Amino acid sequence: MAKQASAQKVTIVALVENEPGVLNRVASLFRRRAFNIDSLTVGRTHRAHVSRMTIRVDAGPEYAKRIATNLQKLVNVIDVRVLDNEPHIERDLALIKVRSDDTDSRNTITEICDRYPARIVDIGPKVAIIEMVGTEEIIETFIDEVRAVGIVEMIRTGVVSMGRGIRIHDADITRRDLARVAAQSPNGNGRIV
Amino acid sequence: MRLKGSEIIMECLLKEGVHVMFGYPGGAILPTYDAMAKYEDRLHHVLVRHEQGASHMADGYARATGEVGVCIATSGPGATNLVTGLATAMMDSSPIVAITGQVPIPAIGSDAFQETDVTGVTLPVTKHNYLVTDVRDLAYIMKEAFHIARTGRPGPVLVDVPKDVQNAETEFVYPEGDIVLPGYSPPARAHERELDGALQLIAEAERPIILAGHGILMSGAMQEVRELAERAQIPVSLTLLGKGAMPEEHPLVIGMMGMHGEATSNLAIQEADLLIALGMRFDDRVTGNLKTYAPNARKIHVDIDRSELNKNVKADVGIAGDLKTVLRQLLPRLQPKSHVAWIQQIRDWLEDSSERDILNYETPGILLTAQVVNDIWKLTGGDAITVTDVGQHQMLEAQYYPHQRPSTLLTSGGLGTMGFGFPAAIGAKFGKPEEEIWAIVGDGGFQMTLCEMATAVQENINVNIAIINNNFLGMVRQWQELFFEKRYQATPMVNPDFCKLADAYGIPNRYVTRREDIEEAVRFAQSIDGPTLIEFVVEKEEMVYPMVPAGADLHDMKRRPKPGEA
Ligand SMILES: Cc1ncc(C[n+]2csc(CCOP(=O)(O)OP(=O)(O)O)c2C)c(N)n1
Ligand SMILES: [Mg+2]
Repeated sequence: MAKQASAQKVTIVALVENEPGVLNRVASLFRRRAFNIDSLTVGRTHRAHVSRMTIRVDAGPEYAKRIATNLQKLVNVIDVRVLDNEPHIERDLALIKVRSDDTDSRNTITEICDRYPARIVDIGPKVAIIEMVGTEEIIETFIDEVRAVGIVEMIRTGVVSMGRGIRIHDADITRRDLARVAAQSPNGNGRIV
Repeated sequence: MRLKGSEIIMECLLKEGVHVMFGYPGGAILPTYDAMAKYEDRLHHVLVRHEQGASHMADGYARATGEVGVCIATSGPGATNLVTGLATAMMDSSPIVAITGQVPIPAIGSDAFQETDVTGVTLPVTKHNYLVTDVRDLAYIMKEAFHIARTGRPGPVLVDVPKDVQNAETEFVYPEGDIVLPGYSPPARAHERELDGALQLIAEAERPIILAGHGILMSGAMQEVRELAERAQIPVSLTLLGKGAMPEEHPLVIGMMGMHGEATSNLAIQEADLLIALGMRFDDRVTGNLKTYAPNARKIHVDIDRSELNKNVKADVGIAGDLKTVLRQLLPRLQPKSHVAWIQQIRDWLEDSSERDILNYETPGILLTAQVVNDIWKLTGGDAITVTDVGQHQMLEAQYYPHQRPSTLLTSGGLGTMGFGFPAAIGAKFGKPEEEIWAIVGDGGFQMTLCEMATAVQENINVNIAIINNNFLGMVRQWQELFFEKRYQATPMVNPDFCKLADAYGIPNRYVTRREDIEEAVRFAQSIDGPTLIEFVVEKEEMVYPMVPAGADLHDMKRRPKPGEA
């Protein structure tokens, strides 16, 4: 499936069952449908059995919708939303190890970090680690500035997103182990509740 | 009731109404085979000769009955042999449940003997799959597996059961009641505004056409489609798998569409101002070049799988829902219409097609596949279940054996799996013992799964095998003739003597080289209550027309010249 030409980035949020193999199923889907994705993050939610994926797609909303309908077909995917025009918060986290082996570099790092939501979380005679949290764009700008000092190592988590306001994206699903307990309870009716 | 995992599998199969399963034993599934003894009177196991055969039999059973077919295999090579059958079932939305043995849980991941990551291997070719890691999960996983296989857009589901789980005991309580799968709810109904949209497009159309697909059969919406077509006077074109959605003798049915479809269907699609696509998915074999496909038409697309909408062809009205339900919502509001000029135009095209019909040619001394198929059609009263393999004979069966009833042509459409026909026919016969079953297969494809002749004999299953022997991988040869200047690379075949082979298996058989001998051979096959085989030796270089070359415009068909024109 050809990717549509578009400079836009669209965010897809998927609630998935917290079961082994689910990430594999999602990755396999993207691979076999030749979906081009920009980033994918998975993390836990406040519900033990629900994980949440944030998928960034470097394409238009039509394309994102196609990905969403295909994702929804996976049995372990509970609910999918495309955050398109909907106002939402998004955050990326970067750990950036930079050179800090002279006064100059240390001063520059401190000065840049003061202007961004960034913190120096580790500093030694040779290198320092900066933690930077923000939107993808601001992190990119930040990185551009730091690059001059000398980046030696870096990792970004990828974007996580959440819609603003009272549109809640949550799923109170049945716990699988409850189903199992019900199924084997000697006097229960064995119903999967 | 305390039961072993292996017994729980049997109990669950019985609860699902299963009475036959197709399989092959081996170390990792042995406990389950051992449990079968206790259930023998209610659950018949068919011993195949290759696990691929088991998966196609389960598929044939499912396609013939609409119920879930079951196949079973051991770990490693047994399971990997199922893969082609699973992929075939996946592409054609056929509900099957495959049960595979797996090495014991502690051995998983250690490259143990006959260990294969079967859930990994089958991930892209199943609708869903499971690795059972606790015997207490087995009952509800089995129940979920059947539910997922048969509901929504049906498909294959695999349950991988480690040997120690088969041996472990637990209290068995079958999970009664509904299954709640939070992430699984196939769409059912159309929204009002979607219905409004569809009705308006139908009302405005002057040259509408219904594209009738497999989904109609699976939803059981034959009557509703017929009502729609008749009330609004809309011609109906069928996909290969949609055959039987409406009787082919119905005056509004204008034949199959696509690469080897009826020319009239393809022309009508290109001229239409409205396509009403019902339970079909605009496969490239039916659309040809998408850029020039149905350029004048608006599109209504109804499918139970939302992801099919706007995948290949953009829909003006796309409805995700169960066809029968959606059509029942639509029909009460549908106004009668007529399209006299449009239908006249279509009749003219059909007239032109029939002049080119190969059956109208004199072919002295030559036996043609089209003639064989058409004679089998006559001699079976047009009422048999035919199961084809893949190739020229498949397309010619679709052209020359009109089907009146749903689920009477079983064929591998989406994957085009050679070797499907014969085992699928055996499976179909288990599902429909009262029906006359013909496996119409090519000399190439038959050789991929002919070992199942032994299965047919062991089960004394009444399947008639018609081998269309052109001594060629005919369909590939056709492409070589048309697009590779007749360089017949790796398509001519030196074949075994199929009749002697049948003799070796103990299968009564006939050898036919002349048209006048077809009837006797078919009658002979029909008279025998057990497997039979007829080898039809046909013209080597027959062509299937019309043909839309891959990727060409749908109207850009290679057609058989009219008599006198050639
Ligand atoms: C498993 C598999 N391998 C290869 C093909 C490619 N293929 C499509 S049709 C065909 C020729 C089939 O020959 P035969 O069974 O003799 O049927 P015929 O076309 O001659 O009627 C081949 C090789 C296929 N469809 N399936
Ligand atoms: Mg052949």
